Formats: sequence, structure tokens, C-alpha cells
Amino acid sequence: MTETTLVSSTGRLGTESRSVAEHLHFVRQMALYVILAISALFMIVPFLWMLSTSLKADQYVLTMPPQFIPRPLTLDSYVRLAELFPIRRMFFNSLLVATLTTLGQLVTCSMAAYAFARMRFKGSNALFLVYLATLMVPFQVTITPLFILMRYLGWTNTYQGLILPCVFSAFGTFLLRQFFLTIPQELEEAAFIDGASHWTVYWRIILPVSKPALASLGVLSFMGSWNAFLWPLLVVRDVDLMTLPVGLATLHGRWLTQWNLVMAGTVITVVPMLAVYLLAQQYFVRGVVLSGIKG
Amino acid sequence: MVGERGLGKLAWVLVFVSPSLVGLAVFSVIPILASLGLTLYEWDLLTPPHFVGLGNFQRLIHERNFWAALAHTLYFIVGYIPLVMVIALGVAVILNQKLKSVVLFRTAFFIPVVSAWVAVALLWKWIFNPKFGIVNYLLGLVGIHGPAWLFDPQWAMPAIIITSVWKDIGFVMMMFLAGLQGIPAEYYDAAAIDGAGGWQRFRYITLPLLSPTAFFALIMSLINSFQVFDQVRIMTGGGPAGATSVLVEQIVKNAFDYSRMGYAAALSWALFLLIFTATVFQMRLQKHWVTYD
Repeated sequence: MTETTLVSSTGRLGTESRSVAEHLHFVRQMALYVILAISALFMIVPFLWMLSTSLKADQYVLTMPPQFIPRPLTLDSYVRLAELFPIRRMFFNSLLVATLTTLGQLVTCSMAAYAFARMRFKGSNALFLVYLATLMVPFQVTITPLFILMRYLGWTNTYQGLILPCVFSAFGTFLLRQFFLTIPQELEEAAFIDGASHWTVYWRIILPVSKPALASLGVLSFMGSWNAFLWPLLVVRDVDLMTLPVGLATLHGRWLTQWNLVMAGTVITVVPMLAVYLLAQQYFVRGVVLSGIKG
Repeated sequence: MVGERGLGKLAWVLVFVSPSLVGLAVFSVIPILASLGLTLYEWDLLTPPHFVGLGNFQRLIHERNFWAALAHTLYFIVGYIPLVMVIALGVAVILNQKLKSVVLFRTAFFIPVVSAWVAVALLWKWIFNPKFGIVNYLLGLVGIHGPAWLFDPQWAMPAIIITSVWKDIGFVMMMFLAGLQGIPAEYYDAAAIDGAGGWQRFRYITLPLLSPTAFFALIMSLINSFQVFDQVRIMTGGGPAGATSVLVEQIVKNAFDYSRMGYAAALSWALFLLIFTATVFQMRLQKHWVTYD
């Protein structure tokens, strides 16, 4: 009964109402675009304001009403920032720390993940549980003893102090292990019969087919390291060893109202990460969705 | 056995596991255990450590700063979580409508996610500037005299919450989008044939099928927001008049400004307990609202 009425009503809808439905659909789509555009503006405008402030001369920064398009447009704040502040050194530090941390994580995590996913050994489950357990403890719990350890080793104000404590990641191991578990066994069985060692299988078979997972972990750890604040803030006091985020905080403390200089610094910090994001979008999206697991 | 040319099996396992294992032991497992031990001592790093038993925890319970920081952290969570979840869900649902140029919009929401917290916090400190910031300029256009924001004890936390929501919408949205894409299109087609309207489809298909994702996003946001620090450190330093001091801020201050290592460790374990309890509590609650197939 209900079915027949339904069929007949949709049948009647047929020709004469189609254009109405299409119009409704169009209006709805347009409304959604407008909502999206407004909210996207809300996300973008602050960044344009950042850029605009950084391109202003001193006397046009603190004005009311604010000048949205700088006139005259000047790179003066960037030049002065480079003169007054070791911003180039900080950029280099950030790049070095992020690159080495990422490489270190990729190597150590993938090796451990290989053992956990592809080798059966006694106690592997118990050991893996220890890895998972460390994920539950927030980083703040470890910073006090870690800082004491750094002082004891004489690693405060050193690159190894900035890098090494961040190289070993239980999260990265977990992420890669999950991926390695999905790789079929046949390939490596053939290799083993041909007399290949575990190292050959890891290096020649597992790593090449895991490129997407390695890329996801890579961009994630690069981003984490490039943007990190708390640990670099604690372990480094020497200006020449500061990474960009710590340097920015110092810069802000020193020139409280020089917003054009401060914003130039933030542009220098944000733009490289944006470039990496635009180049590796798909890995970012996957990595960030997965990183929810990190906590 | 195969694959163990030259070396014994255990040797191969050691080759693969030990770099990670030694590193994690030194920089994570041992510090965690040491931190637990440290809670029993008073230590300023200059004089030898002094055993105080549970004294640090007793002190914590009686310290006003701890309760204030806890209250501010909870204030942050109560303001931040509902806003970021609801807005991110809304944006994700719209972005999931097979619109053109979705990638462009997705990118717009994702830029703050990949930006350093320090940069974002400085930017919004400038935007919230009471005299020359654009927020108060825009409020002025509609005849509202804006507050002093980060310099006003009443408005500092709302400003930090707004900034944090702005930064994290893209992150939570991305999780929701992944969840939405996992809902089979046939469900919606079937509902449309049955004459279900847009709202009904959202209420009876999208929401229940998205609830596991929402649960996951909620847990993650909750854990992260208990650890709120970078933006507070940059935007207010815990001020004005201590109005935005949060738990991690207290840990850092006690350890590195006042050299109270044991007390800072005790604070960090209190934070862990809070996160753990909140997570377990959410796990318990989930059966009342999360639908699994």
C-alpha cells in the first residue's frame, strides 16, 4: 500500500517538478558555498593580517583604523630582523633538528616495527605492551627527570640534547608495525628461500612497499619537531642554539610592541611548514588522522 | 631456519629492536619511573635530594595555585571542547557534500593545524591587542567597546579558547571527514527513497554512524586540552593576575623557575591521573551514546 503510493508520487514528480528540484538543489549548493567561504575567510584573514603587518614600516603598524594593505610595502622588518636577531641561525637550527629527528625516527621506528611485525620471538607481546604503555603517559611527566639527565650528561645547550630525546618514538613504531602487518608474507618467503637475510628483506622488500606509511610518519615527525616548543625551551638557553619557535618567543619578549618584526618572524616560521604541507598533502591528512592515536 | 644467515635468531631480533629499545628506555621508560621516584623527594638540583615521602602530594592538596590551575584547565576544557567539536562537525558535513573545490577549503582549515603554536599564539596576541588589534577594531565598527582581552582577567581565558578552537578546527574536522567517508552512500539513498529529509538523515544516519569517530575525536581533544601550554605561555604567561595559569604551566614554573623538582614531578603525576580518570570515565560513558555496528 505505502509502496504503491510512494511509487506513484515519485512517478508524478517525474517531468514537471524536476526543474523545481534542480533549482532547490542549486540554491542549497550556493548556500553551502557561502557558509564555507565565510568560514574559510575566518581561517585565512588572520594569516593575511600576519603577512600584512610584517610588510609595514614601523610608523604604520600601530594605527587606528588599521591599514589592511601596507602602503608603502616594505621588506624592512625582514631585513632588520636578520640584522638584529640570529634568525638565519635559528632557521638553520630548526631545519637541522627537524631533519635529524625525522630521519632518526624513520630508521629506529621502522627497524623495531619490522621485529614486532615480521619476527616471532619470546616476549615480543610483553615488550610491545611496554611501548604502548609509554604512549599513555603525557610528556610532561618525563620532562623533569629528562632535564636532570640532560644536565648530568652535559647536554643542555647542545644539538644532541635537542634531538636525541625526541628520536625514539613508541607511537611511530606502533604506526609502522600496523602497516607492516598488512604486507603479505609471500614476497619475503621467496627471498628467504633464496638465502636472503632479515636485513635484506627489511631493506629491499619491506621498506620499499611501505613508502606511503613512512611518508606519513615522516611528515608528522617533521611537523612535530619543527613546531615543538616545550622541550627546546627547557633544554636550550643559548640564543645560537634556539629553534624558531623558542627564538620567536624570545623575540617577542625583547620587542614587545614591534609587531611588524614579530610577525615577520612568524611568517618565516610558518611558511616552510606550509610549503611542506602543500607538497605532501595526502600524507599529512592521513598522518594527522592517524596521529589522533598519539595523544 | 630461513632468514638467519650468519646470526642466530635472537641476534637478529636484537639488531632490529635495540636502537629503539635502548633509546626509549633511556629517554622515556627510565624517566617515567624516575619521575615517580622523584615525587618522594625535595630537590633543588643544588643541594642533595631530601626524602619527604608523600609530602609533595600533601603540599599539592593544600596549595592554592594547584587548585586554581586545575580550575582554569577545566574552564579551558569546558569552553574549548564543545566549540571545536560542533564547529568541526559542521564544516566536515558541509565539506562532505561533494562540492567543487573541496581541496581548497580543506587547505584553508588545515593551515592553522600545520602552523607552530608559538606563531599562532603571537598572531592572535596581536589580533587581540586591546588598542590596535583587529578584533576590537571590528567590534568598534558595530559600536561595541571591546575588552582588554589578554590583559583582562575575565576575558583572557575566552581569548585563549577562541584561539585554540581556531587552530584545531581543521584537525578535528579531518577526523570527522575520515569518519563520514566511511558511511556507505546506500544508506542515504535508501533513506531518501523512504522520504527522509536532510535533517532526519543527519539525525538518524550520520550522527549514529559517526559516533565512534566523535568518541575518538573527543578522547583525543580531551587528552590534548588537559595538556594546554604553548598558547598560554606565549599569550598570557598564566596572567593577568594568575587568571589563566594552567596545570602544565605550573609544572614548568615549579621545575624550572622555582627548582622544586619533586613537587613538579608530583604535579605531573596528578595531571596523568586526571587524564587517565577522564579517559576511563569517557570509556564508561560511551555505551550510552556511541553506536557500533
